[in-house]
Amino acid sequence: MIKIYSARKILTMKSSQPTANYVAVRDGLILGAGDLDSLTGWGEYELDDQFSDKVIMPGFVEGHAHTMEGTLWRHTYCGYFDRMDPDGKIWPGIKTKEGVLERLKQAEQEITDPDAPLPGWQLDPIYFDNERITRKDLDQISTSRPIGVLHASGHIMNVNSKALELGGLLKTGLNHPGIPLDAEGLPDGELRGPDVMTPVAVHVGFGRDFLDCDERGLRDFAKLCVRAGVTTVTDLAARLQDEAVEMLLRITGEKNFPACVVPLRFFHGLTPKELVEHAEELLSRSTERLRLGRIKIVSDGSIQGFTARLRAPGYYNGAPNGLWYVAPDQLREIYALALDKGLQVHTHTNGDEATQLAIETLEGCLRVTPSPDHRFTLQHCQLADEAQFRKMSKLGMCVNLFANHTFYWGDEHYNLTVGPERAAGMNACATALGNNIPTAIHSDAPITPLAPLFTAWCAVNRITASGRVQGENEKISVDDALRIITLGAAYTLHMDDEIGSIETGKRADFAILEEDPTEVDPAALKDIPVWGTVQGGRVFPASGI
Amino acid sequence: MSQSETYQNPEAPLPVTIIGGYLGAGKTTLINHLLRNADGKKLAILVNEFGELPIDADLIEAQDDKLISLSGGCVCCSFGNDLMAAMTDLQTMEPRPDHIVLEASGVAIPSMIAGSISIMNGYRLDGTLVMVDALNIRNLSKDTYLSDTVARQLTDSDIVILNKADLVEGEELTAVGEWAGQISENAKLLPATNAKVPLNVALQNFDRLLSAQGGHHHLLDGYVTQSIELTDQVDPQDFAESLLVENADLVRAKGFVYDLDGAMKTVQIVGNRIDVSPAPAGVKPGMVIICLTKTGMA
Repeated sequence: MIKIYSARKILTMKSSQPTANYVAVRDGLILGAGDLDSLTGWGEYELDDQFSDKVIMPGFVEGHAHTMEGTLWRHTYCGYFDRMDPDGKIWPGIKTKEGVLERLKQAEQEITDPDAPLPGWQLDPIYFDNERITRKDLDQISTSRPIGVLHASGHIMNVNSKALELGGLLKTGLNHPGIPLDAEGLPDGELRGPDVMTPVAVHVGFGRDFLDCDERGLRDFAKLCVRAGVTTVTDLAARLQDEAVEMLLRITGEKNFPACVVPLRFFHGLTPKELVEHAEELLSRSTERLRLGRIKIVSDGSIQGFTARLRAPGYYNGAPNGLWYVAPDQLREIYALALDKGLQVHTHTNGDEATQLAIETLEGCLRVTPSPDHRFTLQHCQLADEAQFRKMSKLGMCVNLFANHTFYWGDEHYNLTVGPERAAGMNACATALGNNIPTAIHSDAPITPLAPLFTAWCAVNRITASGRVQGENEKISVDDALRIITLGAAYTLHMDDEIGSIETGKRADFAILEEDPTEVDPAALKDIPVWGTVQGGRVFPASGI
Repeated sequence: MSQSETYQNPEAPLPVTIIGGYLGAGKTTLINHLLRNADGKKLAILVNEFGELPIDADLIEAQDDKLISLSGGCVCCSFGNDLMAAMTDLQTMEPRPDHIVLEASGVAIPSMIAGSISIMNGYRLDGTLVMVDALNIRNLSKDTYLSDTVARQLTDSDIVILNKADLVEGEELTAVGEWAGQISENAKLLPATNAKVPLNVALQNFDRLLSAQGGHHHLLDGYVTQSIELTDQVDPQDFAESLLVENADLVRAKGFVYDLDGAMKTVQIVGNRIDVSPAPAGVKPGMVIICLTKTGMA
């Protein structure tokens, strides 16, 4: 059965035909886009006018997210910015410490089980002058129920006395840089770093594997995708054990599961050889809505956590250099093995030293194993300079820049981490595109919200949370931004032959928008309402999921 | 096991030895050596992943995804991405291990692991050994990407094993030792070949030594033990410091002394690190020290 959708406008991302008003779909595939006359020749069709006043774009592709956000929404949202949950409810951002405590108090009153923990998430005290929430603040809410609030970074947690007690940390004599003490010599309730968070986190409702998504979490995450116009989404750090893969296959295979999920096998707890073997084995289990067989390596930490690896002159505030999370020799071994097998590797590099290591390592490996279309991608790559982009271009690398960082932590980078000059050049979309590097931009959800139009807005406007433009010359055009949240991201996943544009033979994946992003004020890009999506020809209105 | 029990354990703290150092330094060889010479001690080896740890097949009794059971009650576990969970599992294992040996990843900073161990109930940091490849450590220390990581590892160590000492000429070995000594000023430097470090040097293993008669006993490969009789009341910290001053080649020591209030204290030394704690009931005063001999240094 052929369906032809009419639209106010279709932005196809196909160079030879950038716009259209009709698109024909059969069996989940696009037959073509154009005017009605150019499509009727395919045979008997049904004309569907439900999008006749909408603008259709290729379904957005989120090239760096974590499906765990779906699970986090079962916890109390404590973020500073307004944010939409999977059911479409907008949780207002909380602007003060008192407000956070008040919201937790309300949530506490709704829990009937007296022993159940109270977990919160997405706290970011930098927006209220770094005023910290202490154990004693949280004890005001409950002394009998464990409470823990995870920061937006995912690396810090504030907990109450009960949680510390259950985790065995309510004691004096602790001497650990990640556990600040109060006047009584007891932990003040802030736990910095996964090592000190873990023993307590398990008691406050964040499981040991809270980075992994569960069934309900995955379904909820898919709802967020529909609301954001996303039809293909990555899960960038999955361990993909058999049980998890079976769950993913089952859920994504459900008739009404609305997105294609691309989980990358994370390098952790196995050898380079085992990693590559596992990725290769996973590749063969891919389905239409679950794409396996890609590798993810984390090479350094985060810039705002001062754990990213920076080249000289290092951190603006003089902090010592960060940490390697992979040994350079292991990185080389993985690259070599993956190139040999034709598997793709995405490498998290935040600092410019980590980026340099990845570039040099890949260059060496490519000399041994030339691979014309490897598309190895640097994820975040926030501090790459122009020389690095030039080199990446020569080597055939792709980049997925963390455009949202400019808004959320741009002021922090300007004042504290890297200083004004480097902050203005962070996440340099214009330089990347200027060097013809296949580029994507991302949210890293749940670190920042899944919303490609917002991410595009960040890359186009480069406005920080305080309202400053940071990096005027790295702004990109709306057209470029729209291209990189669709075809650009698809390219970094080796999927540009099947998604990312609206043209004959591609999967019928559409983002359905209420307004035309090429017509609105670029400053309003983020405010365009998303009606929903079409994924593989199946229609998913945001209002109905 | 309920979560509330997770980090509680009434038994004596389990000693944990961290073995750090970059890839190729010989960490795995050392661990295999310790397993083959465990001297009746039930060692639990924690590694990031199994793939890099070839264990002789005749030692293996059973194996699953997370645990290899070895003869003599030793086990090897991979901790993957959750070191704390793996450590907790070891606490409840039957029979309980005597000692945990934790092989850190090649770029791990040992003091950060030590910090994690310090906050967990039921464990005691025995010491941090950092293995270096004596042949190429100085090149590695000039590597653009690794120089600071290598330096931090050395700085964090109680004992630096200059492995592959047989591959380095005498003068060069001395020079490497001097160089490493400048960075790891709190550590004792021990040369080794094929990571052959005696168990009593690598791990705290004094029980038999403390119950033996006094005098000198030679351990293998250039180490000597010495018993020190001691019945006077002393300041345990001062006493330990004086031992270090008087015995420049002291690597480890353990014993029991009466402090100035007449209370019995356990004194332990690893490298240059001194640990004083209340002594268990029923122990007799006296110390055993382990020193590197001149022949061992050659």
